[in-house]
Amino acid sequence: MNSELLGVIVTFLLTVLLAYPLGGYIAKVYCGERTILDFMKPVERLIFRISGINPAEGMNWKQFLKAMLTINMLWFVYAFFMFLLQGHLPLNPDANPDMTPDLSFNSAISFITNTNWQNYSGETGVTYLTQLFVITFLQFVSAATGIACLVAMFNGLKHKTTENLGNFWQILTVTVTRILLPISIVIAVLLAFNGTPASYDGKDTYIGLQGDTVQVSRGPAAGMIAIKHLGTNGGGWYNANSAHPLENPNYFTNMMEVIAQVLIPMSLLFALGFYIKRRKFANVIFGIMTLGMLCLVIPTIITEIHGNPEITRMGISQATGAMEGKEVRFGPAASGYWSIVTTIISTGSVNSMHDSSMALSGLMQLLGMLVNGFYGGCGVGFLNYFIYIIIAVFISGLMVGRTPEFMGHKVEAREVKIAALVTLLSAFIIKGGLAIACYTLLHYSNADWAFKPSGWLNNAGFHGFSEMMYAVTSANANNGSAFAGLTGNNIFWNVLLGVAIILGRYLPIIGPIAIIGLMAKKKYVPDSAGTLKVDSITFGAMTFGVILIITALSYFPPLVLGPIAEYLSMHH
Amino acid sequence: MSTEKSNKLFEAALVKDALKQSFVKLNPKIMLRNPVMFTVEIGTAVMLGVCIWIATGEKAQGSFIYNFSIFLVLFLTVLFANFAEAIAEARGKAQADSLRKTREETPAKKLVAGKIEIVSSALLRKGDVFVCETGDMIPNDGEIIEGIATIDESAITGESAPVIRESGGDKSSVTGGTKVLSDKIKVRVTTEPGESFLDKMIALVEGASRQKTPNEIALTILLASFTLIFLIVCVTLKPFADYANTPITVSALVSLYVCLIPTTIGGLLSAIGIAGMDRALRANVITKSGKAVETAGDLDTLLLDKTGTITIGNRKATNFWPANGVDPKAFIDACVLSSLADETPEGKSIIELANISKDTFKIDGAVFIEFTAETRCSGIDLVSGLRIRKGASDSIRKIAEKAGNSFPEETLEQVKKISSNGGTPLVVSQNEQILGVVELQDIIKPGIQERFERLRKMGVKTVMVTGDNPLTAKFIAEKAGVDDFIAEAKPEDKMNYIKLEQQGGKLVAMMGDGTNDAPALAQADVGVAMNSGTQAAKEAGNMVDLDNDPTKLIEIVEIGKQLLMTRGTLTTFSIANDVAKYFAIVPALFIVSIPGLQALNIMYLKSAESAILSAVIFNAIIIPILIPLALRGVAYKPIGASALLRRNLLIYGIGGVIAPFVGIKLLDMIVGLWF
Repeated sequence: MNSELLGVIVTFLLTVLLAYPLGGYIAKVYCGERTILDFMKPVERLIFRISGINPAEGMNWKQFLKAMLTINMLWFVYAFFMFLLQGHLPLNPDANPDMTPDLSFNSAISFITNTNWQNYSGETGVTYLTQLFVITFLQFVSAATGIACLVAMFNGLKHKTTENLGNFWQILTVTVTRILLPISIVIAVLLAFNGTPASYDGKDTYIGLQGDTVQVSRGPAAGMIAIKHLGTNGGGWYNANSAHPLENPNYFTNMMEVIAQVLIPMSLLFALGFYIKRRKFANVIFGIMTLGMLCLVIPTIITEIHGNPEITRMGISQATGAMEGKEVRFGPAASGYWSIVTTIISTGSVNSMHDSSMALSGLMQLLGMLVNGFYGGCGVGFLNYFIYIIIAVFISGLMVGRTPEFMGHKVEAREVKIAALVTLLSAFIIKGGLAIACYTLLHYSNADWAFKPSGWLNNAGFHGFSEMMYAVTSANANNGSAFAGLTGNNIFWNVLLGVAIILGRYLPIIGPIAIIGLMAKKKYVPDSAGTLKVDSITFGAMTFGVILIITALSYFPPLVLGPIAEYLSMHH
Repeated sequence: MSTEKSNKLFEAALVKDALKQSFVKLNPKIMLRNPVMFTVEIGTAVMLGVCIWIATGEKAQGSFIYNFSIFLVLFLTVLFANFAEAIAEARGKAQADSLRKTREETPAKKLVAGKIEIVSSALLRKGDVFVCETGDMIPNDGEIIEGIATIDESAITGESAPVIRESGGDKSSVTGGTKVLSDKIKVRVTTEPGESFLDKMIALVEGASRQKTPNEIALTILLASFTLIFLIVCVTLKPFADYANTPITVSALVSLYVCLIPTTIGGLLSAIGIAGMDRALRANVITKSGKAVETAGDLDTLLLDKTGTITIGNRKATNFWPANGVDPKAFIDACVLSSLADETPEGKSIIELANISKDTFKIDGAVFIEFTAETRCSGIDLVSGLRIRKGASDSIRKIAEKAGNSFPEETLEQVKKISSNGGTPLVVSQNEQILGVVELQDIIKPGIQERFERLRKMGVKTVMVTGDNPLTAKFIAEKAGVDDFIAEAKPEDKMNYIKLEQQGGKLVAMMGDGTNDAPALAQADVGVAMNSGTQAAKEAGNMVDLDNDPTKLIEIVEIGKQLLMTRGTLTTFSIANDVAKYFAIVPALFIVSIPGLQALNIMYLKSAESAILSAVIFNAIIIPILIPLALRGVAYKPIGASALLRRNLLIYGIGGVIAPFVGIKLLDMIVGLWF
């Protein structure tokens, strides 16, 4: 078999192999059972004592969300001012400047929400202080926030009737100390050994073979790059992200980084099975999500390996596939696989330039972010999938002639209303944002702004449309990757995407937690022969159908005008 | 209710009425209750505006004929949806009218200060007392306070055999519109005019007081959000198209919108609800609310009385077992003699089993011994001095042993055997000598096992309630195939059982008729009172079964499930249809500016105009095509939830994707002749 493809398959299988035991470990951590990392207990106790937290105190869904939103607000204020004043603060060997207020706003939002959309360049836009104490810090806690919210859902599913979804502070803390920090350390060390810098010195200078003087940015990057993937963050140390040779030096680090980003979302699924003792339920969801991923990965890899038909028509050989925007050390298959993985799980780090992907790959990347629930980001992936489950439960419940119920709790008007609103919201943000952008571009292209809209797009036509759609979709999905063709650092995009990111982050967390809080309070209804089995393959297929139909119906027209038109015109 | 029930879905008179109502319902105030169809009405108005705009000289919106066609089709879509609701209402109303006919202005013999005054039935108030004699129509619902009468209830139940109603006890309730066949009764009116069960039901099926059920509300929310998603699709399509340098006409946007929103289920939703109650009414069950029908579909546990539901009325004699040395013929004769005066069904069944004419016995001057609770036996003393007793084995044994006679071993064996087989042994003695045993058995209704099996597959647990001892109860329970039983049941046992099940989160239904059933009927999630039952029972339950048929619960469960399934499947169908509509309309919109999109025109529709028009027409005509399904309901099959889901997904999900591809293509072949 083709060794490129083999590399991809081995990478995926290794991920599953690591994720399964990790899922067991994660379930143990949240159950409070003994684990090998119990030596962290004094650290945690110290944190609780300093913060005045009683970790045993339960929270209902409203208290839980209040705690989550409060601390996120605090982080936002902290990050905003740090970015705004970074030029005047220490640890700035390259003397990088302050951020503008709109860029500070956009960046702060971007990192507290696990999005990591970067409208700045890592080499010149931030300092070591903000890289470490704002960005890397937020990469840990934003991932932990998502996971903590998922654990709240685990608690709601575990008990027959309960109001207690767990203690947010306790879950947040152990997520960092027991899961994110230890694994990040391992990854960071491996990265450093493979050549990723871990130094506080400023830029290095060398003279190249052509005799040019080249400056190379350095910094304490390895640690950040580890959590960037493990926490499905995606924001790179360098502007070129994981395509940069210091951020992702070789095929081994590439494999490690792509495994690291799927690891936690996947293992959280298995953890769900262990934690609520319904392994089959978790396995079926794993199967459906994997199926979804394959539906996106396979066409992408095929189209990337075959290369661009326009270039073939010019009579140029493309034996290595479509290589524009790709790194020679990774090749089209591994790059194609990465591009889908990073979009389905909201990491948004890139090892190739998505703007240069084939039209069909662009479509698949967009679909991955539109669904945003095939594995999905840390914690939030399953929360998104849960919304699809609720809609599937409701429709299929009616179809079997019984008031819909999920795991013994009736799904009624309030739950359906919340699920419908969350679904509606994505459609509204993505298409609404895109419509505003199109309108502005057409009617105010030469507006008297600091940056004229006419300069937004690198490409006109369908691809330009895709670039804008990719941006809003990425913001809504809290993904953070970009079709780099869009010039985003201006007040219009900073604000538009900032708003899209906030709405796209918090409402899809609040919705599912509210649903589970409301349902868990209800009386438990035992299963009967007339009850729909939610751990059956039939129900899994139903959920897949719901995802397919909702996504297709909501986004068909813009997809047609962007990547589909581009693809069909190219193959016409 | 008319005895012959029309199964025709569309009767000429009803259709005429419904057609008229379809236009009346165009009133935006009424349309607003159905948000999905209301937006279609707005779209229709917009298209009318466009037509006028074109007529006054606008050139960029396409031809007048084309736009006017779109307007007409949209208008029809609204009318079809209104018609669906109207025909369901008309059918319900027709049912209700035939019910109401029975209670129009009958003269009532009102009792005022001991004297009879003839007044109109409409003037009777709660608490009034009236008298009915042979041949009188009972003017209002009430409770007999004095007397006994045979009553013809065929007007209500369709059952021609007269029934007996008497004061006191559980059969004291009479219904307005029924006829007294014999004797005289005094009745106290129990309801104010317009508040009887029938009046409530009539209001429900006519839609006047119909409230949306919980599942219907949840579904409406989901449909409204789909509608909003598609509204966003259509509104944002304009700037997208501008970006792609493609002019889009108003008609195209409105058509796309109307095609995408779930008009099929939106148009049929209320019809489905009304039809559900109508089906209940056709099954001769009066429901107090639509919610009760819906709840019936969710039932987990059914409490059923043994007698009359699981077994046919009473026990019957099935065997004569003479003691050793007793002539079988003589034993049978003795059995018959002892039962001659026995009016109980058991006694009668002994004579039936013996198959000997009563007249062959000379019993002049004989003394009959009545059954009493103390002696627990009955019998006959003949002039010849022969004393025959028949009764429970221990009481006859006492009689025999008191006279110094032994109780034969083999009879004792037989008694035990009969008991353990769920039967009742009756021991017969002659002159204090044991002759043998008569075996009485419960006869389980034919076909009842299959019905319970069906319920089990639906996930409904059946519980038999009986006064029998646990041994007998267990035997019958096993034989009939019920899942559980309550033996030696007292009224409070039912109540406790219901509460216990409900604590476990289950929904429980029970059927009852007596006043002592009322608390349990009220406690149950679905309480079905028999029409013959007391007023208290009827008030406590949320359904009344006019046929007094305890197995009716099974039908009610199926009606409830059908109601939910019809909604679910049509929603799926409606949403699945959108795939084909996208493939018809989206290429049509952009094909001029983006020729590559021809590849998406997988149906090879002739032109953009033809494609859009075909999609809109398909969207409209699918509503009337599905009206019969909405009214009849999707058939329920108890094959387990997952299998049922697979089946319905295949038919309505996959079918819903494929059908419009075929339909739109066919329509395009016709529409394409002009456009």
